[in-house]
Amino acid sequence: MNMLLLIEQILNGLQFGVMLFLMAAGLTLIFGVMGLINLAHGSLYMIGAFAAAAVAGWTGNFLLALIASMAAAAMIGALIELSVIRRLYDRDHLEQVLATFAMILIFSEGTRWVFGSFPLFLNIPDYLKGTVTLPGGIEYSLYRLTIIGIGLAVAVGLFLLISKTRVGMRIRAGENDREMIGALGVDISVLYTLVFALGAALAGLSGALVGAIQSVEVGMGEPVLILAFVVIVIGGIGSIKGALAGAVLVGLTDTLGRTMLPVVFGSFMDPSSATTVGSALASMLIYILMAGVLIFKPTGLFGGS
Amino acid sequence: MNSIFIKQTIKTIGAASALALGLTAPVLADGHGGKVKIGLITTLTGGGAGLGVDIRDGFLLGIKQAGNEGIDVIVEDDQRKPDIAVQVADKMIQSEKVDIMTGLVFSNLALAVAPATTAQGKFYISPNAGPAQLAGRGCHENYFNVAWQNDGPHEAAGATANKMGMKKAFIFAPNYPAGKDALTGFKRMFEGEIETELFTKLGQTDYAAEIAQMRASDADGIFFFAPGGMGISFLKQYADSGIDLPLVGPAFSFDQTILPAVGDAAEGVLNTAQWAPDLDNDASRAFVETFKAEYGRIPSIYAQQGFDTASLIASAAAKADVKDTDAFRAALREADFVSTRGKFSFGNNQHPIQDFWVRKVVKDGDIFTNTAVEVAIADRQDVYAADCPLKW
Amino acid sequence: MFQERTLDIFVLLILVIVPASAVVTDEPFTITLATRAVIFALAGVGLNLALGQGGLVSFGHAAFFGVGGYAMGILASHAQNYTPIMETPFLIEGTNSMPVIWLVAIVSSGLVALLVGALSLRTSGVYFIMVTLAFGQMFYYFTISWPAYGGEDGLSIYVRNQFPGLNTLDPIQFFGICFALLCIVLFLVDRLNKSPFGLALNGAHQNEERALTVGINVYRLRLVAFVISGAITGLAGALFADLNRFVSPTMFSWQISGEIMIFIILGGVARLFGPVVGAALFILLEHVLGGLSDYWFIYLGVILLAVVLFAKGGIIGKLAKREAGHGQ
Repeated sequence: MNMLLLIEQILNGLQFGVMLFLMAAGLTLIFGVMGLINLAHGSLYMIGAFAAAAVAGWTGNFLLALIASMAAAAMIGALIELSVIRRLYDRDHLEQVLATFAMILIFSEGTRWVFGSFPLFLNIPDYLKGTVTLPGGIEYSLYRLTIIGIGLAVAVGLFLLISKTRVGMRIRAGENDREMIGALGVDISVLYTLVFALGAALAGLSGALVGAIQSVEVGMGEPVLILAFVVIVIGGIGSIKGALAGAVLVGLTDTLGRTMLPVVFGSFMDPSSATTVGSALASMLIYILMAGVLIFKPTGLFGGS
Repeated sequence: MNSIFIKQTIKTIGAASALALGLTAPVLADGHGGKVKIGLITTLTGGGAGLGVDIRDGFLLGIKQAGNEGIDVIVEDDQRKPDIAVQVADKMIQSEKVDIMTGLVFSNLALAVAPATTAQGKFYISPNAGPAQLAGRGCHENYFNVAWQNDGPHEAAGATANKMGMKKAFIFAPNYPAGKDALTGFKRMFEGEIETELFTKLGQTDYAAEIAQMRASDADGIFFFAPGGMGISFLKQYADSGIDLPLVGPAFSFDQTILPAVGDAAEGVLNTAQWAPDLDNDASRAFVETFKAEYGRIPSIYAQQGFDTASLIASAAAKADVKDTDAFRAALREADFVSTRGKFSFGNNQHPIQDFWVRKVVKDGDIFTNTAVEVAIADRQDVYAADCPLKW
Repeated sequence: MFQERTLDIFVLLILVIVPASAVVTDEPFTITLATRAVIFALAGVGLNLALGQGGLVSFGHAAFFGVGGYAMGILASHAQNYTPIMETPFLIEGTNSMPVIWLVAIVSSGLVALLVGALSLRTSGVYFIMVTLAFGQMFYYFTISWPAYGGEDGLSIYVRNQFPGLNTLDPIQFFGICFALLCIVLFLVDRLNKSPFGLALNGAHQNEERALTVGINVYRLRLVAFVISGAITGLAGALFADLNRFVSPTMFSWQISGEIMIFIILGGVARLFGPVVGAALFILLEHVLGGLSDYWFIYLGVILLAVVLFAKGGIIGKLAKREAGHGQ
């Protein structure tokens, strides 16, 4: 494997990680502030993608589609927070798992009911199509670079929001002591709805961004959901910094594992079984990574006690 | 004694499909073969539902058009879970006493249900999956496949790659049995050299790493098998990568169920299947017309396979009583129906001997669809037939 | 309101009467459904020991369910093909005898649980949920890409395995076997819960610090509970494989882990009969709703949601008097 290819694969890993971060940021925020395990986060990702596909289909405008994805996910997020989710905050994790699992069923089949059983079309806008040549002669997809850019911008935005603004202060206070912040006269239920809608909007945005280069179909949210959980657990639950670190770590591990492992095994096995064993191990790699991290750091890389 | 129960279950189960399609309850009694009861299990919920819906719609259209009034169809969902499929099959066979089972989309589900069905003395007639295990030594006199043996479309892709002048191929498929069979099938016919061979994760949707390897490789063409959402993802990402190596693959990534979602990215790509919507024969033209009229969309190969399966069953039911298993089997073997793919006959392992076509993705007005280019391999019979001990 | 014990006996009676009447009316499929419910209940009883008594929320019990299933699949497929599993250093043949298969399933899933538990129990809370999920996923991807036993296609066993003196192909006799096993396990788990071990386990769940201060080795206690829990779920996996005469990697999928967990929450966490009621109800819902519409998952979702929101403590919690000794 030559150097240029390796750098390109590292970029790919980074890009995959950033996509996961968008999804994981909302999940970890919701967990950190409200203590809620939200399995329906994958459904919000799917809703974002479908909303974007529908709006892009009507208007042909990708930017509008992205806005629609965030708006739709935030709206539905706020709606379920007000009607169901807020009843779950003081329940134990088990009941949260069951309730949000039930919501996956409702959202998946509801989406299929509205949009039909076949995947929808959503494509990259013309101005983001094609490749650019990076220094060193690497040809890289402009759209993927854009995703990396958006993801990092969101990361910075979230850091600023949490460390510099009033809302951020309340969020931090809420993470530390829920009763205390209520006692201080902050309307905690509005704060919760806002945080949930923000997390939902991020999930919706990432669904739309990813939907443009992947498949917009029912059930697209669950595999990503599992990966996002892996990410936030590796990073330490509740920590945005941890989510970013975890996402990049998972992205790099998966991408590099996929490409390098068959090569590594090929150096001492015959090619066809090296491919089989290498790809089998590659598909288990991020889970091995996660188990490894937790065994040595039981609360993740950036988690508190 | 148990007839009341049976009627009730049919009512509840049939209700969903009858409601969706506006079908009326079939009338009893038939001049020739007596009543036939068919259990159709397919994937109707979740991500794989599109394929199951097409098989079901094609099948029910075929039964309706055959005009054979003694045929009764029960439809149920398998949720794409093997254990649910087995359970529903048991119900249909044991409680509802169906004579024929059909409908499953995915090989791993068919492998769970087909042996159990034939072991109980019923027919299983596959409208899609054709795993090697059931075509060779594991063939069975009551198991028929109307679609293809799984290797067929991939072999045709290998032959097409030769015609395209491909010399060094980059090939990949998901890491599961059907993916391994796909690469084996391709290599069986491909005469050039394999530059790179790799397996991706099942369900993988990001192909950036593989595309980077393609860019860095010396290959002069790419063969891939990536059904459903995996294919949509790969094609969109490949189109955006700026690589211009020619692609070839089986129809599963270029099918009518997903083409609208792929869009421009698929235009012009060659792919292989036993059928295309513009195939030049009367049966196919009539089928496409009526399917469009009934459901408002172009039929996919899954719909076509469902339709042919129904036509085959109806042709046999017109000749023989399904309760006379030997006579009915003989009638099925004759394959005395007008197939939408033109020529159709069964080999000794009761899998099709048929032409595979090269198709090309074209844009017809606003709609992406496939047009038949030429025959990729004529009269192809699967290689496993030789291992099948059946003689007739 | 009923006494919880009365309710339990009532549930057991229903579980016997339904398939028994199905024999009379000749509806073998109803027996199959009842068998499925009993097997899922057994898997749930296994998980409930860790989750209910021990407070160990495992999202990876599909791993043990699957290992049990594959123990059956591998042994029976070798017996079916008359090929030994291994010849060196010593000969191991396949078998189609249920008791042997059960033993292998229990031991192998117990060993896997020992390994998974030893590593996972270093974490707690949500981290524990996720690390057990990770182990389940490892098994899932491993079996999908492992070609020796069919990969994603799985393994078909054409004839159900044998139990001395019974015809296991007869649905009601196979139901009887599964039901008897469920009753035995329920009895043993009940004894275990009331033993010093069970009380210590529950105590450590309620207040870990206190358990530590009175000198209980909480880690070892939980590990033992986790191993027993995994072994019971593994036994259920072997029975499930025999019910379907088929095993495949879907037995390892995270959805199965989720479903087993749902049975418990539906029925009532830490209640002896919680998973039994939950599994039976879930199968019933699946069966009844499945015919209503193509979009029946929506109804299922709404019902599950309603149970969480309005029936705290699950169905048993709703029906029985507040006298359950354990639980929150």
